[in-house]
Amino acid sequence: MTVTLSKSLLKTHRARMWSKLGQRGTFGTVMLDIGDALEKVVVLTGDLANTSGLDRFSVKYPSRFYNIGIAEQNMVGVAAGMASEGLIPFASTFATFASMRSLEQARVHMGYMKLNVKLVGLASGFAMGQFGNTHYAIEDISIFRAIPNITVLSPADTYEVAKCVEAAALHEGPVYLRLTGVMNNPIVYSEDYPFEIGKAIELKSGSDVSIIATGSMVEPSLRAAEMLNEHSISAGVLNIHTLKPIDKNAVIQATKNALVVTVEEHNIIGGLGSAVSECLSEVGSSSRQLFIGVADRFIAAGNYPYLLQQNGLTATQIAGSILKAMEK
Amino acid sequence: MIKTKSVSIKDLKRMSANMRKNAIQIGYAAGNNGAHFGPGLSIIEIMATLYGGILKFESKDSLWPGRDKFILSKGHGSLGYYTALAEVGIISDDDLRTFEIDGGFLSGQPSRNLEKGIEFSGGSLGMGLSLGVGVSLAHRLKEQLNKVFVLMGDGECNEGSVWEAAMSASHYSLENLIAIVDANGLQSDGRCANVIDMENMSQKWESFGFHVLKVDGHNESDLLAAFKDAVNHSGSPSVLIAKTVKGKGVSFMEGNPSWHHGILNEDLYSEAMKELL
Repeated sequence: MTVTLSKSLLKTHRARMWSKLGQRGTFGTVMLDIGDALEKVVVLTGDLANTSGLDRFSVKYPSRFYNIGIAEQNMVGVAAGMASEGLIPFASTFATFASMRSLEQARVHMGYMKLNVKLVGLASGFAMGQFGNTHYAIEDISIFRAIPNITVLSPADTYEVAKCVEAAALHEGPVYLRLTGVMNNPIVYSEDYPFEIGKAIELKSGSDVSIIATGSMVEPSLRAAEMLNEHSISAGVLNIHTLKPIDKNAVIQATKNALVVTVEEHNIIGGLGSAVSECLSEVGSSSRQLFIGVADRFIAAGNYPYLLQQNGLTATQIAGSILKAMEK
Repeated sequence: MIKTKSVSIKDLKRMSANMRKNAIQIGYAAGNNGAHFGPGLSIIEIMATLYGGILKFESKDSLWPGRDKFILSKGHGSLGYYTALAEVGIISDDDLRTFEIDGGFLSGQPSRNLEKGIEFSGGSLGMGLSLGVGVSLAHRLKEQLNKVFVLMGDGECNEGSVWEAAMSASHYSLENLIAIVDANGLQSDGRCANVIDMENMSQKWESFGFHVLKVDGHNESDLLAAFKDAVNHSGSPSVLIAKTVKGKGVSFMEGNPSWHHGILNEDLYSEAMKELL
């Protein structure tokens, strides 16, 4: 059951400040408002309070803040135990650990038992830069999509992080929230807008090509669409902030164009591209699909812009790949 | 001093005897599905003492908010769990006879079903103590004085997640959390000591900050006393290291690793029932 919002739990809407903090920092900051509004909300961290902006929550609500240490399996189990008692736990750690180290706990407690845990994967994709592949998460969408009962959210920018955190808190059921990008997160939304779990948002309509993007790839996809416009190509952009359940109708609408392009900071196997492809096959769409994402490989470490560039995920590269596909 | 239920040891012994017979009967009725006889029979007295003399619950209202919580972390102990639930009337005898039927709610390893008194799904080892820590922390936050009991196996303690949970339980001084280790000394591949040696179990738990009570896991009187000690202990979580015999009560199953999970044929069933009469 999703509660329709009559009033926001968010006291302040600060698109610029949130953007500067990035998705991680915004999550921590927004939790303070959510904690003020809902006393059942508790926060757990796996020794990453500082880096995810949760310090203020821990100071204001020490009895509702739990540092579980570097023990992710236990963190998810403890969160599940709390959820079984009616609390609303937000448990966070880096996405790679949230989706893999504690995966079986997530499967049994969140999937099988449907316990109301909100698992937050920090710094997904390539946000960890020079830390290398142990700290990148390019499989988490795929992993959580494959587990029954878990809602998978992937906000386009920091404003949408706030909307997702709010919606997750009010949604009764387990949620995986995937946070991407670094500080100075590009702004897609600068003012309030209607957000509903499972309802994709068309940011731009287009009559030649449909770009479907999620998370950090929404903003460069918008810029790619502008570049294509200069080539007299009309490109639509759809923001899939909810990967599961995916908004099938919105995806099917996109097949009115002969080329559908999916863009994600994630492996092309099992993520947004696969989810869209499943929808297309189901209705027997004749549209061709271009998968833009990580080409099923681990790559050498580097800084965030370098890694995006290496994987063809900058706006210019996205536009270039689309142009090339349209020539075929 | 926290008051516990008044119960006679004679009642608990009667309960254990019934449960053991029921376990054999429903395990036999499961036919070729087989059942985890060994690890179910080793926890009979522990479960009888808990449900008969320690746990607070309402048998006709399994959702009663004032209830204590029990978590079967060693999900393969289901025969001991379901027979205890039936013994105290949380599930009916008819329910009990649905053990392992296709699509039924009494699956080989427990599946969460609050109406039927099953608080959590189990089966994947090493997860129950973390759940117990979470429940216990939630009780504390809600200022609820209930106890949380988590039953694990000694083989299960191979799982690192058990020790992650143990660290957090003592870090948060969870005096409302009481763990039980069914120390039957056997795991799937044979003697624990040969697979991965967990012999100094008590010292391990002590060093993790637990109040440790060593107890004969088949003696209701000892178990009751140990549980009462744990319930009244303050400042740290407790653990009962309950020395047990896998397959207890059926001679050909006792201490025999091949009865970890097995199928009872008619002859063996009769032999087992004869021993239990």
